[in-house]
Amino acid sequence: MDFAIQRCCVTPIYLKSYNSSTDAVLRALDIGLVDIKEFNCCGYPLKDIDLKAHVLASARNLCLAEKRNLDVMTFCNCCYESLREAKHLLGEDESIKRDINEKLMKEGLEYGGTTEVRHLLEVLYNDVGLEALKEKVVMSFKGLKIAVHYGCHILRPRQLVQFDDPGTARVFDQLVEITGAEIIPWEAQLDCCGAPVWGIDDDLSMDLTQKKTKDARQSGADYLCVACAYCQVQFDRVQKMLLSRRGEDKGLPSILFTQLLGLSLGIDSEALGIDQNELDARGITHFLSHEESPTQSYGSSTP
Amino acid sequence: MFFSVSLYIALSIFVLGLFWKISTWFRYTVGPGAREIKTSQRLFAAIKGIIVTILSPKILTLLKVFVLDVLFQRRIFVESRLRWAMHMYIYGGFMLLLLMHAFEDFITLTLFPDYASTLNPFLFLRTLFGVMVMVGLGISVYRRHILKIPRLMNNAMDHYMVIILAIIMVSGFLLEGTKVVSHTSYQEMVEDWSDVDDEESFKALESYWVEKFGVVSPDLEGPFDAEILAQGRDLHEMNCEACHSRPQWAFISYGVAKIVSPLAVSLDKAGVPTILWSLHFLACFVGLAYLPFSRMFHILAGPLSLLANAVMDRERSDPANIATRQVMELDACTHCGTCSLQCSVGVLFEQIQNENILPSEKLASVKRFTANRIAKEKDIKRIQEGLYLCTNCYNCTLVCPVGINLQDLWFNVRETFIQDGHPEVFALSTLSFYRGLRRDELDDKDYEKPLQLASQTMAEEFGLFDSQDTPIDLGSLDNSFKKDLRTSAQGSTFSFCFTCTTCTSACPVACNYDNPPEALGLTPHQIVRATAVGLPDLIFRSKMLWTCLGCYQCQEACPQGVRVTDILYALKNMAIRRVKEKT
Ligand code: SF4
Ligand code: SF4
Ligand code: SF4
Ligand code: SF4
Repeated sequence: MDFAIQRCCVTPIYLKSYNSSTDAVLRALDIGLVDIKEFNCCGYPLKDIDLKAHVLASARNLCLAEKRNLDVMTFCNCCYESLREAKHLLGEDESIKRDINEKLMKEGLEYGGTTEVRHLLEVLYNDVGLEALKEKVVMSFKGLKIAVHYGCHILRPRQLVQFDDPGTARVFDQLVEITGAEIIPWEAQLDCCGAPVWGIDDDLSMDLTQKKTKDARQSGADYLCVACAYCQVQFDRVQKMLLSRRGEDKGLPSILFTQLLGLSLGIDSEALGIDQNELDARGITHFLSHEESPTQSYGSSTP
Repeated sequence: MFFSVSLYIALSIFVLGLFWKISTWFRYTVGPGAREIKTSQRLFAAIKGIIVTILSPKILTLLKVFVLDVLFQRRIFVESRLRWAMHMYIYGGFMLLLLMHAFEDFITLTLFPDYASTLNPFLFLRTLFGVMVMVGLGISVYRRHILKIPRLMNNAMDHYMVIILAIIMVSGFLLEGTKVVSHTSYQEMVEDWSDVDDEESFKALESYWVEKFGVVSPDLEGPFDAEILAQGRDLHEMNCEACHSRPQWAFISYGVAKIVSPLAVSLDKAGVPTILWSLHFLACFVGLAYLPFSRMFHILAGPLSLLANAVMDRERSDPANIATRQVMELDACTHCGTCSLQCSVGVLFEQIQNENILPSEKLASVKRFTANRIAKEKDIKRIQEGLYLCTNCYNCTLVCPVGINLQDLWFNVRETFIQDGHPEVFALSTLSFYRGLRRDELDDKDYEKPLQLASQTMAEEFGLFDSQDTPIDLGSLDNSFKKDLRTSAQGSTFSFCFTCTTCTSACPVACNYDNPPEALGLTPHQIVRATAVGLPDLIFRSKMLWTCLGCYQCQEACPQGVRVTDILYALKNMAIRRVKEKT
């Protein structure tokens, strides 16, 4: 099973650990990732400016994958939604397709529409399968309470991105559960992380983020868990800035799903980049157990 | 005389140019922070930095980078084998020619006391090196003009580089070829170097050279007697052999010689070898004199950029040195276009016609701007737009063969532009996310300024909306606007709205404020309503539009199937297009 991977633009500088942890986990599961060098941005940040620019950017990647007969997989919700939206528009609107193809033809590309857009979570769920995953789990989390943040763009708009019952992503829950972590219900779960307005209206962005982290913490979560590059940067890097700007000391660290799964697959925490998180997440390994009872040491900074 | 005068003129221009160029590294500034640092401060910081680095273990890093990246060109190798071959051929061939041939008096003769340019292996090597350069130039022309790589731009400077090198090489080969056949050159040589003195010997030697060395004599023509040739060979062995290998070794020039030999006598009479000789040297001198001002300057600035970037970083290095490095990096760029080919938003150039989207062109514009060579408001705005259309993805920095830290360059330059008071409405898009991630490097006032300017621009363009006391200007009822939206793929559902306000109740942005209309201007359902009525101005200046998260909560909640979020996106696109068209 090979996929062309769309890595989100924020990862090379601000979230290297998403790349390394995804690579490590998928290697362990025998899923091949093809990095197409010519890939560009999915176009998500351009949506505000020019829809066509967004579609053009997405379409180019889809064409590049199509040429190699690969489906595109992404670990970022925003890339996922963008690529699917572009695919949808190209399929639905002949004039957009003609226009885009005219531009892509200059570099010998043509959009046919055979490439599918897949999310990492959904590949793990459908293609690898929960049973197969369970077999590979060598260590389980004990007593670890996780607030799963689905992220808007695997939930909505549902005609485009839904891979589960409307309004939820049980797939994500089930995947977290196989690591042994306990999922807690929380009220603000379905809301946006705040990332889309970071840089435009930071106060608003911080309000939204804080609302979520506070709610999750009050609901008993030890960590947030996300499967989107933007969400993680928001909950990790931006939350850290938020804590210092708003003079708060209690945040709620967030862990990437690939890091969580990677730990339970027995992958070395260095490869997963656990120590690269801005808000210390190293304490999470204390919840891991083979047999012995878990040590409750959330928030401790000992590695 | 002519030769040395032009050499000295060229040399002096080169040296002065070099000083002038290097001085700009300390005088020009990139980025708002650099302006506060004085030239003298930067100069001292640089000297101190260099000394400290050389005396520290970092010297090992420098050595490694020098061997792998400067000499072996590792970065280009990883990027593309074809380009690596091209660069190695040109740079390797040219350097070797420079050392062995141009500096023969200083280098080759010192190392090999028996050196003569017409003797093997030097004779053969010179041709070989020349051929290397020509092959490299050929690949370059092929890549830039035949392969037709999209978004690989050529400019006058790229053409100049190829042309001047080609003139030097071709004139060299032609010169050598016409000298092979030249009777005048032959005679001068015999006069200067041999002790042949009788008529018969002259004839024998000349016959031998006509037969074996390709000289075309006006008086002698083969076939010659074996006896004469044998006598000629003896004379040749006594007088010439120590300095002359067979010209066939210079295989290109020998081919030239063969081709021109029917015309050799007239060429020789017309003084063509002398003309070619002048051309060859003049081209070299022009190349030399113009080097500091041309992109060839990367020969010096490129390695410096690679070395500097290997040991410097944003957090720990002296800001004075970073300021200097960033100006130097502008000179290091070879305009190779790698960054543009790998740019995450490069393809956008097909949609938004602004070459400054492409990092290689952006850099060239920034360079002109830094040297104060861009005055037009329009051009400045275009550069600024290009600077904002960037996702900070790091691709360009990763692939740049001269190691320019383009990331930091874009960040600093963008700040210079957007803080100098040209409003950039792209600041109201998600592209600002990346700027936000580095906000701790700016003080809050500078950080907020471009955002305020952008909102202000929206407010001004679409009617003022500042406080509660001014009566709200409803903007123009605009029907073309509605038509636009109806034809846009996303917008056409607004007419289904029956103003139930469900969308507003579902909106996390609206819910964040006690009094949403006051904080946001309009709420989501009001925006849909205003769309149906045709009040774009009112919408475009509302804060709600620009703080919409694109979270689709409203759209999912709407009982009427109004695609609220999609409509908001379409509205943002329209507002931005209108502002960009106007300004
Ligand atoms: S950082 Fe900006 S300019 Fe550089 S490759 Fe990425 S999008 Fe292009
Ligand atoms: S910035 Fe670097 S990669 Fe881009 S054109 Fe210049 S030298 Fe080439
Ligand atoms: S998409 Fe925008 S308007 Fe709709 S709910 Fe989200 S933030 Fe509010
Ligand atoms: S939820 Fe739908 S119908 Fe109700 S106000 Fe919003 S757009 Fe109109």
